[in-house]
Amino acid sequence: MATSMDKEDIPFDEMFMAGNKIRRPYSGYHHWLEGQHTRRLQQKSSEADALFRSVGVTFNVYGNKDADERLIPFDIIPRIISAAEWSKLTRGIEQRIRAINSFLHDIYHRQEIIRAGKLPAKLITGNSAFLPQMIGVTPPGHVYTHIVGTDIIRTDENEFLVLEDNARTPSGVSYMLQNRETMLQMFPDLFSAVSVRPVSDYPRHLRRCLSDCPPARCEGRPVIGVLTPGIHNSAYFEHAFLANQMGVELVEGQDLRVVDGRIAMRTIRGYVPVDVLYRRVDDDFLDPLNFRPDSLLGVAGILDVYRAGGVTLVNAPGTGIADDKAIYSYIPDIIRFYTGEAPLLGNVPTWRCSEPDHLAYALENLSDLVVKEIHGSGGYGMLVGPAASKQELADFRQLLSSRPDNYIAQPTMCLSTVPILARSGLAPRHVDLRPFVLVSPDRIHISPGGLTRVALKEGSLVVNSSQGGGTKDTWVLED
Amino acid sequence: MVLGRTADGLFWMFRYLERSENTARLVGAGLRIALTRSRSGAEEWSSIISTAGATDAFLARHASYEFDGVVEFMLRDRSNPSSVMSLIEAARNNARSVRTALTSEVWEATNETWMSLRNALKTPVTHHGLPEVLSLIRQQSAYVRGALHGTMLRNEMFNFARLGTFLERADNTARILDVKYYVLLPSVVHVGAPIDNVQWETILRSVSAEHAYDWLNEGDPDPAGIARFLILDGRMPRSMAFCCKQILENLRHLEADLPDPAPSLALAQELSDSLRRRDIKDVLEDGLHDFIQEFISKLGKLGGQIETDYQFHA
Repeated sequence: MATSMDKEDIPFDEMFMAGNKIRRPYSGYHHWLEGQHTRRLQQKSSEADALFRSVGVTFNVYGNKDADERLIPFDIIPRIISAAEWSKLTRGIEQRIRAINSFLHDIYHRQEIIRAGKLPAKLITGNSAFLPQMIGVTPPGHVYTHIVGTDIIRTDENEFLVLEDNARTPSGVSYMLQNRETMLQMFPDLFSAVSVRPVSDYPRHLRRCLSDCPPARCEGRPVIGVLTPGIHNSAYFEHAFLANQMGVELVEGQDLRVVDGRIAMRTIRGYVPVDVLYRRVDDDFLDPLNFRPDSLLGVAGILDVYRAGGVTLVNAPGTGIADDKAIYSYIPDIIRFYTGEAPLLGNVPTWRCSEPDHLAYALENLSDLVVKEIHGSGGYGMLVGPAASKQELADFRQLLSSRPDNYIAQPTMCLSTVPILARSGLAPRHVDLRPFVLVSPDRIHISPGGLTRVALKEGSLVVNSSQGGGTKDTWVLED
Repeated sequence: MVLGRTADGLFWMFRYLERSENTARLVGAGLRIALTRSRSGAEEWSSIISTAGATDAFLARHASYEFDGVVEFMLRDRSNPSSVMSLIEAARNNARSVRTALTSEVWEATNETWMSLRNALKTPVTHHGLPEVLSLIRQQSAYVRGALHGTMLRNEMFNFARLGTFLERADNTARILDVKYYVLLPSVVHVGAPIDNVQWETILRSVSAEHAYDWLNEGDPDPAGIARFLILDGRMPRSMAFCCKQILENLRHLEADLPDPAPSLALAQELSDSLRRRDIKDVLEDGLHDFIQEFISKLGKLGGQIETDYQFHA
């Protein structure tokens, strides 16, 4: 197993093959690109920035007062996926998500997988993402994860691996839409030269997906709302954007209360029930009566209303148990257990530091590994061994030894690269991919594209926007 | 369906925008007087601060009414909630929180206003640079207003935006008169003296009406004429009567076809009636100051009633 980026470990570039030959999916685009002047592209690139700013597509960075609204850098060179690659990817993602939903249902009901000895019970019982309040509760339409953003990395021509399942409240879909919108505005001619599958119908699919799972007490057409923590949340732009695009209410906890066993929103004419809430508030903050009592973002009693069929929460509370990084390492087994099939998409090899021999391995090879917190996200609290200083390594060694259960370790994967437009022209940078998945009781919809995140610093493998990553428009070709 | 919080956000977004525009206009009028009559500069600046209701806050930071201090305080000072920068920031925050109620044109105009003013007000404003900054503020608010009129549906959201605008504007015009009422009193000895002419002109200028007055009225401005113009003239878009009529119309639209009209409608009707068929001579004889004070207090009550009637708060 490759544990580090050795010299012979030349990253797989998605545009250029050896000898500067163009990989087939990029041939149409590259042909267009050859007719463009670098200076004009650079000018377009700054026009794109201005566009993002005036539309207000910004990102709030926590813990940074001065720059509380930042632009995620947008790179104008698209990331291109062929139709064949895409269909392979989507089959794998669908399989995985079906298994995850079966797993969630099982884990909150009979826990067959534990009885079968395929998953250690302690991973569930001692896990803060497991919500005892959800035991025995079946969500409307039997869907737990209505909205998923599976993080995929590519390591060579044929290998796509799942890095994270993001089954709680994945963000970034507004960037998928805005990036495409920007590209269409900047380079209208480009899209007649290359046939790219559109993504602009995502909001309509999202709305349908939300309507597909009305609560038991809903009468008629479901009333839908997006529940946001408010304008100071890092993803607020996205919450407003999606509500706006779907034509549904954008609500905050302060707008809602329990009225006659329903969740109702305060309108200028009084309280009106909401049927489906796409909530972008974490489980912990959702209900001060059931979870964190100091939360001002949620609605007191909403979980009880949910359990009684008064409202649909999207995603269901407690789905975090499926995308926890310790559970992640068992997903291939979970897929086999619930679908009886071999996993179509692989995992990144993972050492669970809770297991003594894994911990020993992790400590020994720390400088080659990526270490992540079990419940971490957004690139916070992680260690990238090869890029870490001696001090950082020493700090993490201590963290790992004192709370091994809290960490997993993975080899530093050599992510594929796609060129960005740098000052000097094209330059390869590492990327990952987050396709956006919508789950309805009878179908799974995956938007053809997704969010490509790119590490803008040369050689860097950290693509998170909170850590200086950028984004690219992601194309899935028609043919 | 409009959320109470959305109505609240729209209402105050447009109050803030209106107030920032009025502040710019007041500062512009002050600049004019300070340039033409350096002796009365301090007095003029102090009445501007007083119109903004910020005398205590100003004196806590500045020892005297000088150009630099006043302009800093009224345009840039973020610790002053009624500085233009604070107001624009508050308006933009509100716009963000009611983003789904706005068209993208209105949102982008508001966002660009914030970006360009933040840029223009990055460093202290000099004597020299002030006119340009003030005209930028005026242009930007016209930009937002244009986007509102050109792109928003004429629905309840629009009504709340307009209610905020006219409540604020009526309040601002009344406050200008309240601070300057003594200049308009017929009993003042200096009638006809040059100082008064300048003061009158300043009053007209602070509501951008120095030319409109001439168009509609023959002869030189006189106190009663100016008072009538600003209080009662339904053609003048910043007059108290005009604003009250707009408030009433927007509330009527909100209440149309409802069996049980909201109490705010009755209050607005009463306020509007108090300005109709009034003779300015009676107003001046009964006491301009008391009249304006009563108006401001009724207007405040109406604002509060609107917040209650439409469930702005839980």
